[in-house]
Amino acid sequence: MIAEATTHSTPRPGAGDHSGKARPGGAMAAGEDSSVSVRDLDIAFGAHKVIAGLDLEISPGEFLVLLGPSGCGKSTLLNAIAGLLDISDGEIWIDGKNVTWAEPKDRGIGMVFQSYALYPRMSVEKNLSFGLRIAGLPKSEIEARVKRVADLLQLDGLMRRRPSELSGGQRQRVAIGRALVRNVDVFLFDEPLSNLDAKLRNELRVEIKKLHQRLGNTMIYVTHDQVEAMTLADRIAVMRGGVIQQLGAPKDIYRRPVNRFVAGFIGSPGMNFFDGALRSGADGPAAELGDVRVPLSRYDFARPPKADGAVVFGIRPEHIGLGEVPEGHFACEGTVDLVEAMGADTIVWTSLAGAPLTIRTDGETEIRPGETIRFSFDPANACVFDTATDLRL
Amino acid sequence: MSIDATSSREPPKGASALAFRSGSADDRATPSRHRERSATRGRKPRRLTIGRIGLYGFVAVAAAFFLLPAVVMVLTSLKTMPEIREGSIFALPESFDLTAWIKAWSSACTGLDCEGIRVGFWNSVVITVPSTIASIAAGAILGYALSFWRVKGADVLFAILLLGAFLPYQIFLYPMVRAFSMVGLYNTLACIVIVHVIFGLPIMTLIFRNFYAGLPVELFNAARVDGGGFFRIFWNVMLPMSTPILIVAAILQITNIWNDFILGLVFAGRENLPMTVQLNNVVNSTYGEREYNLNMAATILTAAVPLLVYFVSGRWFVRGIAAGAVKG
Amino acid sequence: MTAPRKRPSTASLMLVPFWLVVLVAYVGTMLWTVQISFTASKLLPVDVYVGFDQYHRLFSSTRWLVSMQNAVIFGVLFITGALVLGFLLAVVLDQKVRFENTLRTVFLYPYAMSFIVTGLIWQWLMNPGLGIQKAVRDWGFESFSFAWAVDRDMALYALVLAGLWQASGLVMALMLAGLRGVDEEIWKASRIDGIPAWRVYLFVVVPMLRPLILTAVVLLSISVVKAFDLVVALTNGGPGISSDMPAKFVMDNLFTRQNIGLATAAATVMLITVAAVLVPWIYSEYFRKVRAGAAT
Repeated sequence: MIAEATTHSTPRPGAGDHSGKARPGGAMAAGEDSSVSVRDLDIAFGAHKVIAGLDLEISPGEFLVLLGPSGCGKSTLLNAIAGLLDISDGEIWIDGKNVTWAEPKDRGIGMVFQSYALYPRMSVEKNLSFGLRIAGLPKSEIEARVKRVADLLQLDGLMRRRPSELSGGQRQRVAIGRALVRNVDVFLFDEPLSNLDAKLRNELRVEIKKLHQRLGNTMIYVTHDQVEAMTLADRIAVMRGGVIQQLGAPKDIYRRPVNRFVAGFIGSPGMNFFDGALRSGADGPAAELGDVRVPLSRYDFARPPKADGAVVFGIRPEHIGLGEVPEGHFACEGTVDLVEAMGADTIVWTSLAGAPLTIRTDGETEIRPGETIRFSFDPANACVFDTATDLRL
Repeated sequence: MSIDATSSREPPKGASALAFRSGSADDRATPSRHRERSATRGRKPRRLTIGRIGLYGFVAVAAAFFLLPAVVMVLTSLKTMPEIREGSIFALPESFDLTAWIKAWSSACTGLDCEGIRVGFWNSVVITVPSTIASIAAGAILGYALSFWRVKGADVLFAILLLGAFLPYQIFLYPMVRAFSMVGLYNTLACIVIVHVIFGLPIMTLIFRNFYAGLPVELFNAARVDGGGFFRIFWNVMLPMSTPILIVAAILQITNIWNDFILGLVFAGRENLPMTVQLNNVVNSTYGEREYNLNMAATILTAAVPLLVYFVSGRWFVRGIAAGAVKG
Repeated sequence: MTAPRKRPSTASLMLVPFWLVVLVAYVGTMLWTVQISFTASKLLPVDVYVGFDQYHRLFSSTRWLVSMQNAVIFGVLFITGALVLGFLLAVVLDQKVRFENTLRTVFLYPYAMSFIVTGLIWQWLMNPGLGIQKAVRDWGFESFSFAWAVDRDMALYALVLAGLWQASGLVMALMLAGLRGVDEEIWKASRIDGIPAWRVYLFVVVPMLRPLILTAVVLLSISVVKAFDLVVALTNGGPGISSDMPAKFVMDNLFTRQNIGLATAAATVMLITVAAVLVPWIYSEYFRKVRAGAAT
């Protein structure tokens, strides 16, 4: 009946029959070609350029998270990789093939959507097998694949149900299953957990992580939730305004953010920032925040600092300690304004050099508002940014 | 007799009736909230005050204004001609006399033919059924194409259609008549059906486009990743979800096409004149004494089909009205 | 290896027949009508161009001028009347009156009827020898007069009355849907602030219903422009030309008076009038929003 229905993409080696078994989990074999490669990508809606000149290489088996606030272009980028929107310029390669103008179905991808996007009038089984039926696979093959995915995701009892008869978590598992039956190398996730409540979100996050360890496929995962990003990713690409701000391992991004935006976006509660200036003294460089002077001799500068420049000084709440001051740490006193008990942790609000400062401490603390506390941190853990460029020094 | 004002109310579906996001999981997940809203919404029922009396007075006058014509029509159609001449139009008929109805149906005269309004009835059926089906099919496919597929020039096409929906027919009629004559279709059944499909296209496209624009794009994207093409996605994914809008479209088109006068008059040809045109001929071609009972019976018969659609479809009918022009 | 550039999709191929329909049946016929209006065509189109002669004739025709004037009066009265009556009915139904469902059905059923049926019904009700006038006079009110359809001064208002009867229910249905969509908390807040209900309706609810009111105005305007069936069935433009309308003027000159040059000129004037109102409206309603939506 339809031309597209008969063009059945041949299974690629490595993607095919043994994908249920574990491949070397997540290993990025050196020398192998990129699994997904985005080259000099431009995307414009009308006159409005959303993404300009973006490059991204994703290794086979890698779990890459695109992280950023809403409107940063992360979903646009994912949709472009999926072939769901036309790009203005550039190339997209998947598994060594230029798929820039290929149909989504011919790109060797599976995709999981935020709203699940299950076909409402089809049973779970029909939802899973829809793409395979379109591709014209033999019945036995379809049944085998659907069964394997159902086993993998524990969907056995649900096969005859309609999506409306499933819970949110079950729906999302079916949506993941629909991507899995395609036996592809690359999975795309578009904020798959953001419609779920906190408890289910944690459960499914773990499930996705396990799935990745087991299947070893390339996964590209879009989220605005930094916890998901930190826990799932091999590498995180932090995006803003259509530009990748920083691409790196979660730990690197947490420890050594390239600029103030990345530093502020990662971490909860967010990093404390103070305006100040860089001064060099006899004991090496120091940050002057009002009347407070933080020595930076232990700080590992990313680039040679220019003396007397305006800087933004940042320190994470969890890097500030209370009580005893270890050797080499900077210490200061402040009045407690507010105490937020969160169970496992307590957030203490005080101030440093006239600006608010949050400290994350254990849940058992007896600190009350109005008290004066002594806190300290290791300047090596701080981040210093050039005020003019926002880049980390 | 007392009817509890709150229980007689249907759930406040006003907003959703216009938005056409039917059957979403969220709707079903929160029935209690809806019930709570419907119990407390509106203004508190009050005891009989001056305002309340005035309110019911207004309701009574308004109801009389809307009901009176129908009552008069039915009463008169059941009377004999001497009764009509002598009595008041509000008087009840002396006997339950169906003669005028039978005559109107099977032997009323239009000019020289005296075969009754039934000829027009069957003509209207033969015109309405294919026109409704074809215009819904065309509108559904075009609406689907316009809302999901990024096709160049789709905006321009839609703009012209929208404009066409609002322009007077008089702009298009004469050249159309000439064009149909040239291809030898003028004054045939095919001609009037094609004309109805053409003039139904804007409104059908509009309501299907609005409906599909309200569905999540992710669903369409998922189907594309699964390899669905234009027709496959339409047939297997979109159409099964379209039941509400199909009902609305059918109500709208059956009513519009059945009630059409001008297109039937110009394009249908003598053999296929729809019921509305026949009715006008019956009423205006009576020589000598006007048989008012017969005319009124014929009028009621002509209004019967859309009225039946209205009474059976109830709330859907309102949706159909609103669907036409609400939100783009 | 490089994949080919994008090829024309099934979707663009699917639009081809629709483009044909739109270009031939809408744009083509429209241009043809305009073309004929510049010729001396009488019974059949001829290629003798006479410039704006037909338009000169048109605007020196009393009948046309009366039609235009009637359309304006009818339009203004019908649209404002239907809006006011429909809104009042909706507000009344929103007051938890008894038999709400029945009343809603009663107010709306005329909208299911064609203008032909509406026109014939009111023609009889206003018939001096048969209708309401006779009944009321028989009750003893000898001076009562309700023979509007055959009264030169009242025929136009007969059309308005019949139109209101047919279409007010539509406004009522739209407004009621809107009123039911008004946030319950608005009513709570207004009761706490002690604002009388009529003020809330007038100053809070009506502005909230703006889009629905606009919708109603558009739907009613379409009936005004297309007002042909109602006129034919109720007054047939008479007595004389006292209730004539542009649509009827065009139809008569096209199909009975064999004066198609004049008829097409009149149709073109109708087109320009409607387009002058419509184009800005369509642009603001549909395309501005689409643009804004695409950017996010």
